[in-house]
Amino acid sequence: MTATPHRPHDGVFDVAVIGGGIVGAAIARELSGHDVSVALLEARDDVGDGTSKANTAILHTGFDAKPGTLESRLVARGYHLLSAYAEETGIPVEHTGAVLVAWNDEELAALPALKEKAEANGYAHCRIVGADEVYGVLPHLGEGALGGLTVPDESIICTWTTNLALATDAQRRGTTVLLRHAVTGVDTGDGVGADTADGYGGGGDGVTTLHTSAGDVRARWVVNAAGLGADHLDRLFGHDRFTVTPRRGELFVFDKLTRPLVDKIVLPVPTSRGKGVLISPTIYGNVMLGPTAEDLTDRTDTGTSEDGFDFLLTKGERLMPRLLAEEVTASYAGLRAAIDHPDYLIEADPAQRYLLVGGIRSTGLTAGIAIAEHVRTLLEEAGLKLRPRGDVPEPPRMPNIGEAAPRPYEDAELIARDPAYGTVVCFCERVTEGEIRDACHAPLPARTPEGLRRRTRAMNGRCQGFYCGAAVAALSARHHPDDGCGSRPAPCGRPAQHKDNR
Amino acid sequence: MTQPPLITPDVLIIGGGPAGLTAAAELAGRGAGHVLVADREQDAGGIPRHSDHTGYGLRDLRRVMTGPAYARHLVRRATEAGADIRTRTMVTGWADEHTAEVTSPEGRYHVRARATVLATGARERPRTARRVPGDRPHGVYTTGQLQNLVHLHHQPVGKRAVIVGGELVSWSAAVTLREAGCTPALMVSQYPKAESYGAFTLAGRTVLGVPVATRTRVTRVIGKGRCQAVEIEHLDTGLRRRVACDTVVFTGDWIPDHELARSAGITLDEGTLGPLTDTALRTSRPGVFAAGNLLHPVDTADVAALDGRHVAGRVLAHLDGADRPAPGVRLIADAPFRWVAPQILRPSDPAPARGRLLLWTDEFARFPKVTIRQDGRTVARRTLSWPAAPGRVFRIPSTLLAGVSPTGGPVHIGLG
Repeated sequence: MTATPHRPHDGVFDVAVIGGGIVGAAIARELSGHDVSVALLEARDDVGDGTSKANTAILHTGFDAKPGTLESRLVARGYHLLSAYAEETGIPVEHTGAVLVAWNDEELAALPALKEKAEANGYAHCRIVGADEVYGVLPHLGEGALGGLTVPDESIICTWTTNLALATDAQRRGTTVLLRHAVTGVDTGDGVGADTADGYGGGGDGVTTLHTSAGDVRARWVVNAAGLGADHLDRLFGHDRFTVTPRRGELFVFDKLTRPLVDKIVLPVPTSRGKGVLISPTIYGNVMLGPTAEDLTDRTDTGTSEDGFDFLLTKGERLMPRLLAEEVTASYAGLRAAIDHPDYLIEADPAQRYLLVGGIRSTGLTAGIAIAEHVRTLLEEAGLKLRPRGDVPEPPRMPNIGEAAPRPYEDAELIARDPAYGTVVCFCERVTEGEIRDACHAPLPARTPEGLRRRTRAMNGRCQGFYCGAAVAALSARHHPDDGCGSRPAPCGRPAQHKDNR
Repeated sequence: MTQPPLITPDVLIIGGGPAGLTAAAELAGRGAGHVLVADREQDAGGIPRHSDHTGYGLRDLRRVMTGPAYARHLVRRATEAGADIRTRTMVTGWADEHTAEVTSPEGRYHVRARATVLATGARERPRTARRVPGDRPHGVYTTGQLQNLVHLHHQPVGKRAVIVGGELVSWSAAVTLREAGCTPALMVSQYPKAESYGAFTLAGRTVLGVPVATRTRVTRVIGKGRCQAVEIEHLDTGLRRRVACDTVVFTGDWIPDHELARSAGITLDEGTLGPLTDTALRTSRPGVFAAGNLLHPVDTADVAALDGRHVAGRVLAHLDGADRPAPGVRLIADAPFRWVAPQILRPSDPAPARGRLLLWTDEFARFPKVTIRQDGRTVARRTLSWPAAPGRVFRIPSTLLAGVSPTGGPVHIGLG
């Protein structure tokens, strides 16, 4: 890593953002567009390795949010901000549109109210359609659909690239990205959590010390975007205002050969009996079925379950029997950070120079950049001085791992310039040697097989490594990232201060 | 974008495994002209490249050698016959019905051949496709990935493994694990007896010392980071228990690598999931042929190779403009058979490769009485002296079809 003008000389960051998911990365990016030093702390060995990696990857219009809420406002704004950002950075997006399909009278009767709700959320393009039109756009849907509501602007997006683009952008703007920095304790400047309690400025300097698994990190302001761990962290700051319940969502990804079956997002109609599951094309050319919704207590339980599979298969059989006749390429479980609060919970505590971003459900993918704007405003109101920089670097141009635009293996000119893009290593996903090399040498390099999957799609395909697993492993070992963060399994043991002085 | 360069060989063979390489050697040796083999791996040879045990070459070469030696032999023979083998060369799709799109380090180009042979083989279904829930730890492989790791990349695997499946390939996985210093602690099979060859099973029990849990399935993979255990269930009693292991190998349960065939719009057989073919190995598209385990997932490498030799004759006839297939009758596999290959019998065509029809059974029969029926009439019935066993191809002589009427209805092949 090179030194940047935004690395503090005294080892104290102006702002520490905790959590390298989409929300945390977006906040770090936003803040580092100003004249402050920012650290982004991530507990795991990669950004975007928690809740942000396993959602349904839908770019939401916000048509079904609760009108008048912060979530409604931020999702609607986030839709436009992220769409524009995706264009700039090359985050794959496909504007597929969605159809909510009604399968019974109750669901059919719910459609007009949903349309009105969409309008109350500022989205005016929904249309109620009959069964014929539903089958016109979704000919392979199971029998018995009674009608639907179209949402032409619901889109699919690459959640992995979104997270990486935001974090890479933040880093280019000067944010110090600290991986494997799990926050285990907090000493705030005002004494909370510390062994002194002499009011504002505890140590006399107004600086909060974050004790982490990789040494202390000190900052004047702290933003909590810790997702599943946000309530625990909030308690370290002396608050007790919410509890995160990990809500497991399991989903199936079907073989690419199913993609012609589904060209729109097929959404369930929410009713008194709860939300159903959706079927959606994926940005990688597959079809996804899910998610389940199951409240857990274990915040690390990202395993899939027999009950979850049975539930999905039963639902899928009704929704699209043709789909279930095809091969399953992958199954995932993600944990959403559900909280006991009906809206996003974003609150600043000026006395502690601390801000909480809690309760960001799956809409956070869409809303992330808008949340970051909102957070910036709240921080300024709370007293953080932010002066926009005149020298903000261009956002990064991300490698395309979506199917809507040509990939490197199809690009004759690129292959002619660099034959590494002509050697396909992962056959099912058509990932080339050049892309794997690039991912290992990226500003935020792939350090694990999972990190490589999220950057390139390598090994994500139907063979799951039957052909390519060994070759991909060998190739990434050859290009192992040497960024001072060490190799697995040795942890990155360097305290932040040492990194600062490098 | 400008139009990619086009090359126009006489024959394009997609896949450089035993079937593709044998077809290439035969075609090049018999004057088919420019025979181009596109293989997407670093080296041609297919699965035998990393099956580092003996038993290869028996039926096609009349000698026995190890997988890697067999792969090298097939490459050398095809090369000496004049075939143009291009590795790291992947057919990614079709520009039109007879033009393949190719990516290679030499560039992106199109190939329009006068005849095409699909020889893309088969792969094992990974854990996800078998819908086995649980955690997603490291240490979970297919045999293909395991053997690639051990034999081609010399990487370590774990110390204690559970092998899922009891097919021929499952024993191959056991051998590889042993060589890599990993103990095969248990083999799990849903069938009442371990599949594959009786003799090999015996060898497995006594020589390899691998305990086999029959009528058992894996219900969960357990472990964060590294695999720690699997949960298994006895199908009859429903009893479940955990088996500690740091490695799980999902073996067998093959599916043809049929993506290119499907994306070309070629008709697939619902049983094999490979292209529907006649005994001359024509697919539904004129000029496109298929051979090897793409058609019968999976028989041994030598049988796949002999498909390659078989298909060459019909490809040559096609190149000569002399291939005019007559209408044929469909062959249908009745339960307990899951599929039959090939699936179309035409009066003017040669007998299938090796004079055998290949079938897959879901039930064990020690002395199978095979029955051929057409239009309500029993055409033939014969008790064979070799067993029909799940987990391996069951071969029957095509002479059983001698009494089939070429103008009649579908021909049903069953037991009893």
